[in-house]
Amino acid sequence: MIKAILIFNNHGKPRLSKFYEHYSEDTEQQIIRETFHLVSKRDENVCNFLEGGMLIDGSDNKLIYRHYATLYFVFCVDSSESELGILDLIQVFVETLDKCFENVCELDLIFHVDKVHNILAEMVMGGMVLETNMNEIITQVDAQNKMEKSEAGIAGAPARAVSAVKNMNLPEMPKNINIGDISIKVPNLPSFK
Amino acid sequence: MALKIVKGSIDRMFDKNLQDLVRGIRNHKEDEAKYISTCIDEIKQELKQDNIAVKANAVCKLTYLQMLGYDVSWAAFNIVEVMSSSKFTYKRIGYLAASQCFHEGTDVIMLTTNQIRKDLSSPNQYDTGVALTGLSCFVTPDLARDLANDIMTLMSHTKPYIRKKAVLIMYKVFLKYPESLRPAFPRLKEKLEDPDPGVQSAAVNVICELARRNPKNYLSLAPLFFKLMTSSTNNWVLIKIIKLFGALTPLEPRLGKKLIEPLTNLIHSTSAMSLLYECVNTVIAVLISLSSGMPNHSASIQLCVQKLRILIEDSDQNLKYLGLLAMSKILKTHPKSVQSHKDLILQCLDDKDESIRLRALDLLYGMVSKKNLMEIVKKLMLHVDKAEGTTYRDELLTKIIDICSQSNYQYITNFEWYISILVELTRLEGTRHGHLIASQMLDVAIRVKAIRAFAVAQMAMLLDNAHLLTGNMQRNGICEVLYAAAWICGEFSEHLEDPNQTLEAMLRPKVATLPGHIQAVYVQNAAKLFATVLRKHEGATDSQAAQETSQLLVERLPLFVQSANLEVQERASCILQLVKYIQKLQQKDVEVAEEVSALFAGELNPVAPKAQKKVPVPEGLDLDAWINEPPSESESEDEKPKAVFAKEETKHSRPRHTEVDEKELARRREARKQEQANNPFYIKSSPSSQKVYQDAPGVEHIPVVQIDLSVPLKVPGMPMSDQYLKLEEERRQKEKAEKKKKEKKKKREKHGKGKKHDSGPESEEDITPAHHVDIVTEEMPENALPSDDDDKDPNDPHKALDIDLDNLLSGTNCRPLADTEKLPVRTHRSEPLKSPGEDGDVESVPQEPKKRSSKEKKEKKKDKDKDRKKSKEEKKKKKKHKHDAEDEPAELPAEEPVKSEETNEVATPPTSTSAEASDLDFWLSSTPVAPTAKEVAAPAPAPAPAPETSLAAAPDSEADEPKDAEPEEVKCSKHKKKKQKKEKEKEEKKEKKKKRHHHHHHHSDGGEDSVQNGTMEEEEPLPPMSNYCLLAENSYIKMVYDIQGNLQDGSQVVVSVIFENKSDSFLKSMEFNVLDSLNSKLQRPEGAGPHDGLVVPFQLPPGVSNEARFIFSVQSIVMPQKLKGTLTFIVKSEDSSTHEKLDFKLHFTCTSYLITTPCYSDAYAKLLESGDLKSSSLRLEGVNMPFHHLLARICFHHHFSVVERIDSCASMYSRSIQGHHVCLLVKTADQTVSIDAKCDEPSLLGNVLDEIKQTFSQC
Repeated sequence: MIKAILIFNNHGKPRLSKFYEHYSEDTEQQIIRETFHLVSKRDENVCNFLEGGMLIDGSDNKLIYRHYATLYFVFCVDSSESELGILDLIQVFVETLDKCFENVCELDLIFHVDKVHNILAEMVMGGMVLETNMNEIITQVDAQNKMEKSEAGIAGAPARAVSAVKNMNLPEMPKNINIGDISIKVPNLPSFK
Repeated sequence: MALKIVKGSIDRMFDKNLQDLVRGIRNHKEDEAKYISTCIDEIKQELKQDNIAVKANAVCKLTYLQMLGYDVSWAAFNIVEVMSSSKFTYKRIGYLAASQCFHEGTDVIMLTTNQIRKDLSSPNQYDTGVALTGLSCFVTPDLARDLANDIMTLMSHTKPYIRKKAVLIMYKVFLKYPESLRPAFPRLKEKLEDPDPGVQSAAVNVICELARRNPKNYLSLAPLFFKLMTSSTNNWVLIKIIKLFGALTPLEPRLGKKLIEPLTNLIHSTSAMSLLYECVNTVIAVLISLSSGMPNHSASIQLCVQKLRILIEDSDQNLKYLGLLAMSKILKTHPKSVQSHKDLILQCLDDKDESIRLRALDLLYGMVSKKNLMEIVKKLMLHVDKAEGTTYRDELLTKIIDICSQSNYQYITNFEWYISILVELTRLEGTRHGHLIASQMLDVAIRVKAIRAFAVAQMAMLLDNAHLLTGNMQRNGICEVLYAAAWICGEFSEHLEDPNQTLEAMLRPKVATLPGHIQAVYVQNAAKLFATVLRKHEGATDSQAAQETSQLLVERLPLFVQSANLEVQERASCILQLVKYIQKLQQKDVEVAEEVSALFAGELNPVAPKAQKKVPVPEGLDLDAWINEPPSESESEDEKPKAVFAKEETKHSRPRHTEVDEKELARRREARKQEQANNPFYIKSSPSSQKVYQDAPGVEHIPVVQIDLSVPLKVPGMPMSDQYLKLEEERRQKEKAEKKKKEKKKKREKHGKGKKHDSGPESEEDITPAHHVDIVTEEMPENALPSDDDDKDPNDPHKALDIDLDNLLSGTNCRPLADTEKLPVRTHRSEPLKSPGEDGDVESVPQEPKKRSSKEKKEKKKDKDKDRKKSKEEKKKKKKHKHDAEDEPAELPAEEPVKSEETNEVATPPTSTSAEASDLDFWLSSTPVAPTAKEVAAPAPAPAPAPETSLAAAPDSEADEPKDAEPEEVKCSKHKKKKQKKEKEKEEKKEKKKKRHHHHHHHSDGGEDSVQNGTMEEEEPLPPMSNYCLLAENSYIKMVYDIQGNLQDGSQVVVSVIFENKSDSFLKSMEFNVLDSLNSKLQRPEGAGPHDGLVVPFQLPPGVSNEARFIFSVQSIVMPQKLKGTLTFIVKSEDSSTHEKLDFKLHFTCTSYLITTPCYSDAYAKLLESGDLKSSSLRLEGVNMPFHHLLARICFHHHFSVVERIDSCASMYSRSIQGHHVCLLVKTADQTVSIDAKCDEPSLLGNVLDEIKQTFSQC
């Protein structure tokens, strides 16, 4: 079981948090902070597993994380998950984000956290891995987005236009904080079918 | 209308959307909180509007704020509103918000039930999907109960997208509503074989989660998972299954044996590290479960260790970490294999990655030996010095102590060294483990007598330097050590060089800053020291020194009397008064030393931590009654005013000064013995030599400890443990030399030291402890009860899921779903009385999706048919459960408002599951049984379990629909093939003391007389049987084979050949070829010529065997046949490779064309009556075996099934792959067996009978 999925940046600012068990908002923030502290002090070239996320209960829990440019992707899992499998799942997740957002960068996650949630929902459900095939995930996400667009129809157009105008005025919209570098090599990890 | 919408959305344009909110927050870095609170106010306004779009936008923003840590539960109702929007866009926003912030305590959740149900049955798959996803996050027991049935329906949805989500969410439903597990399980199991890989994967996922918590309930699924494992190519699924097997194998060692081979193959073949790693892990689990340590598995261990070494050596830190993690699992059972990689592990200790260092530390635990302990600990001490973080340093500290103290200090040869290590550890600042060090010091000092003098010296030094420890109260963790130091100095004060000085140190004012419990020990032990000092000075003429000491106490103790700590205060005032009294006596020149030391006489034995708990209350003991009448005279009240506070029972004076009246002593001893004999609580010491004599009055009872003087007892100043390393080396050298000398003289040492002398290289045993170590074992009450400390958390949600599913599945003692176990289906609650029967149900569930699959309907019909049939046949008991299910609504309409066809459908246990479940033993018994593990070898149950079990589950359905039974048959024969795999002839002859098989017979009621397959419950178990016979063998390879008919294709048989590599070389490029005859042909891949061989799809490492299957097509099956063939292969040894070949003859017997097929007595009778069959008969003389064995053999070797058995007469049936019926009537009397047979093909019959005769002539 996956207990929680957290994404935060190099400064510990949460970009996405998904807890599959209920915690109060305060505890959640505490968990995020603690996890950030644990993860951020680790060197780049050490292993991606970490024992002892103390706040999430259950002694056999592990933190499995990956660091891409400005973002940390952290999965808190119990012993029923395969460590390398989860690492690979994170890779699939990031690659999927990359496809869905076209060269994903931190800003995409900042402004479209709802979309990230929707993508995640196609991969992991209630703490269990639902789908590991990227194409399948993208197909389902696209189909749902299409539905959304068709529902908005003509009525949605003005809103989109305004949104586009607003975005045009964005001085601080650098497109170069790329998560990029997703081709970080994981030796011999299988791509799941 | 359209205008209104457009207008609405134009209004909306100027609302903040999520992006604006985020942007705003980013622009207000300084006053973020303030900005957000204004935003929340805006959101509250928006939520008040009617426009759902505005609301959804607001909820979307709230979801974001929730992530930032703002409580948004106040908007729960609005979230529900957005969830119920008809538009997918908004619905999704609503469900997302709900999944982020709803939980069991959210009260509006109960409003969502209907909405969710509606969404679940929405025609739009994404509405359903979104609802399922949301529900998975916030499902509550109520929701689970109300929606379980709807979700179960979705498990059979036409869209795989929905199916997989429905399957997955079932796990959450089970957790919240455990009652749903049994009804839903059959369908869940069905999904394991879903055509869609995603659904299959989801089902595997769910079952793995379930099985992880309660593995024993899922053992029966092992064959199915095994099949999946060998067929699946999805690594994710494979990993899950392999992990699951890891959890199952401790429960069933036979399973492990079966797994080893395919897992080994996977390890060899896979390129995926994750898969390889999990395989290795499971192999390790298997090896642990097979702790019998079978020699043929050492190869597997080696393989694992090798692979792990590769992982550990990898530059990827992740693999290194996992490698070490898995290695530590091997360590527990096969420490030897790991020890050979010590170099590598020590290397990992220097890794820059802390996680890796910690893992390596774990492994060190098993690496140590007497030889290298000091070295390793020295290395760790270096790490302790260098360690940057306290967590890691503390970890190191505990590891050092763990390593040293493991298995009763097994590896410590020099306790002085250990004490000095402990003392060195006390220098660690800010450690949390002072307590741990203290308990080690106490333990060693108490249990290793030889070390006491040294320990006392060291502890005295610690007390002297106590300011070092207490200098900073922040790090009070370490001051716990003083507790131990003070106690040791006090208790063993006779070893003290200068008790006066220590006493002085213990009474320094600074001590008052220590924690109370430590001060208390200080005070108490100061008194002990005082006694020692008095005794020391008694003999001497000058009483000055003794009086000075008394004075010191009288001066210093008042400090403690003022202590706020009650314990300290009490002890101090008591002792103060005592000392004052003594002072008076001293002034009168009265000798008091003896009396004072009597206060602290007696030896303290270590008692096992649980000893007290384990003392059983003897029968007839009344704990409230007086054990002895209250003592009339108290022996020593006047002279021991302090007894109340004495930690140990004061018993008698110190043995060294036995001037005390001998008579008095003897009297007391007698009285005490008496008392002890009567006292049920007194822990009697066993005659073990290691026990300390509690009532030993004389010196002679204290075991005299030989101290090897080659080690100087006194190390000046603070000890450096390093010194011991050198000393130890020198000592060993010396010892070695000595031993050599002694060996020449053939002289033995007196003290049993080094009984074993090896002149060869220094081995473990050679290293004798530096001193004769007498480790006092911990005491336990004699008749201690074995404890099973159940630490299980009563709140564990998984506990509720510990539901026996085998009952549901297995045919033998099938407990069908009780009525209370049906999933609730929604009904109109307003309707108090329903019209009974199914129609009423349908009416009462108007919103039930009408698209119930046609399959279900059919099944329903089947049920009805069954009922009708049953009543005809009057099988009351059997009928019962199904009948109940059907009739229930009529009987209890008011009480149980929740019945529908759905539940009826569920209530019918699927025949396939039942067959497989009871097949488990059968399937498992196939593994090669090691000659050593007798108890494991379960007898092969009567063959063809399928008919018997399916009979139990649904006796009539099969009679009605023989087609249903057929696929099952195939499955079964597959299992059987596996089963027979590698059962060697040897085993066949093996002893017959086997466990009885309970499962093959459910003896049914009187009316039902078809006893299955010739075995009855009370009869003795069958010896294991195998159909594999030798094909060919040479020095490299052995082949055994079995032939099975293929039911699906009347012209095919499958030949399973097990290749076993007998050599030490690698066998590869194996090619299997057969010279076809006109009648029988080997099926070759398309494009291959008629003379080409088939490549065997694997290679064989030394000692490994594997199975390959070849399909042959046959035209006529009435005659047996032999085919010549050749196997060619390459033998590859280290430096050469040679081509080899082996000729063989494949013997197709007529039996191999027969397939076990169940037949029921009425059908059988009809068949015989039809008159189409030709008859023949056979007599066997001198068959000396029980009738049921005979039947079992026929069933097993010749693929028959028993139709009916009455006493010593049985009718049997089988069918050929081409549909010939073969009927046998077997009778036995006085070692003579007569078989009357009928078949529609006389030559086939003749040949089968000949083969049966052959079988029995062999045994």
